[in-house]
Amino acid sequence: MSASYELPDSVKPHLPGETGVWMFIIGDVLVFSLLFAVFVYDRSQEVALFVEQQQLLNQTLGLLNTLLLLTSSWFVALAVHGARTGRLSRARGCFGLAILGGIGFVVIKYFEWSEKIAAGLTIETNNFFMYYYLMTGIHLMHMVIGIGVLVFLWQSVRDTEFDAQGVGVLESGACYWHLVDILWIALFALLYLMR
Amino acid sequence: MAVSLQSRVTVIWAGLIVATGLSWQFGHGFGFGEKVHYATAAILIITFVKIRFVFLDFMELRTAPWPLRMAFEVWAISACVTLIGLYWLGV
Repeated sequence: MSASYELPDSVKPHLPGETGVWMFIIGDVLVFSLLFAVFVYDRSQEVALFVEQQQLLNQTLGLLNTLLLLTSSWFVALAVHGARTGRLSRARGCFGLAILGGIGFVVIKYFEWSEKIAAGLTIETNNFFMYYYLMTGIHLMHMVIGIGVLVFLWQSVRDTEFDAQGVGVLESGACYWHLVDILWIALFALLYLMR
Repeated sequence: MAVSLQSRVTVIWAGLIVATGLSWQFGHGFGFGEKVHYATAAILIITFVKIRFVFLDFMELRTAPWPLRMAFEVWAISACVTLIGLYWLGV
């Protein structure tokens, strides 16, 4: 089967995915924006503490997770293009690699948190670690849901009944995964890189 | 069309990786020396440029209805400026 569901230029502009998914994305972005702003404001009130505590984070693991998530997002974008052009086996492969990237992120986060907790750094230690666990914890919940969404998409492109309507479902799920990527891009800068 | 879109997302991905490396360097003393507040401003600008390209090319807002695209463009600029402003309160 090699049916193409690529949109012709004449029907563009095109909203990828369902409107409801975009309502969720807008809401989530606004909530996280508020959280980012409160974090940076509180940081400005306790700069010395936040800078000192930031040094206790494992920067390499933060970088590795960023690279994993960016690459996973890239595979998802390739998978959607593959499915649109009827290359379903390619789409399956890309979704599979994206899922592995997501699982890798969660495993690294598990080791990172374990390392911190073993060192006595918990959510109650100070304001920096309160924000660290709060923000990375909420993001981790998004990740776990996102991996479930990717597994569903991976299975859906195995379906021989896959059609243009299926592409809309793929776009919705893909946009959610990219949202998870976007939130981490910001968290990486705020928690690990700001000086 | 499909091939060009795939090539584009691959170029964007490569750009995101390079930008991540650059912001990592700025976060570890490269380029700005002791002027850490300028390094942080640069890190935040790079961050929101990266986010913008994920919105436009991975999430395909580049071809979405213009009000939605514009809303995210305005959000990205506003969020970046707000965070830099709040950061500057502690400088």
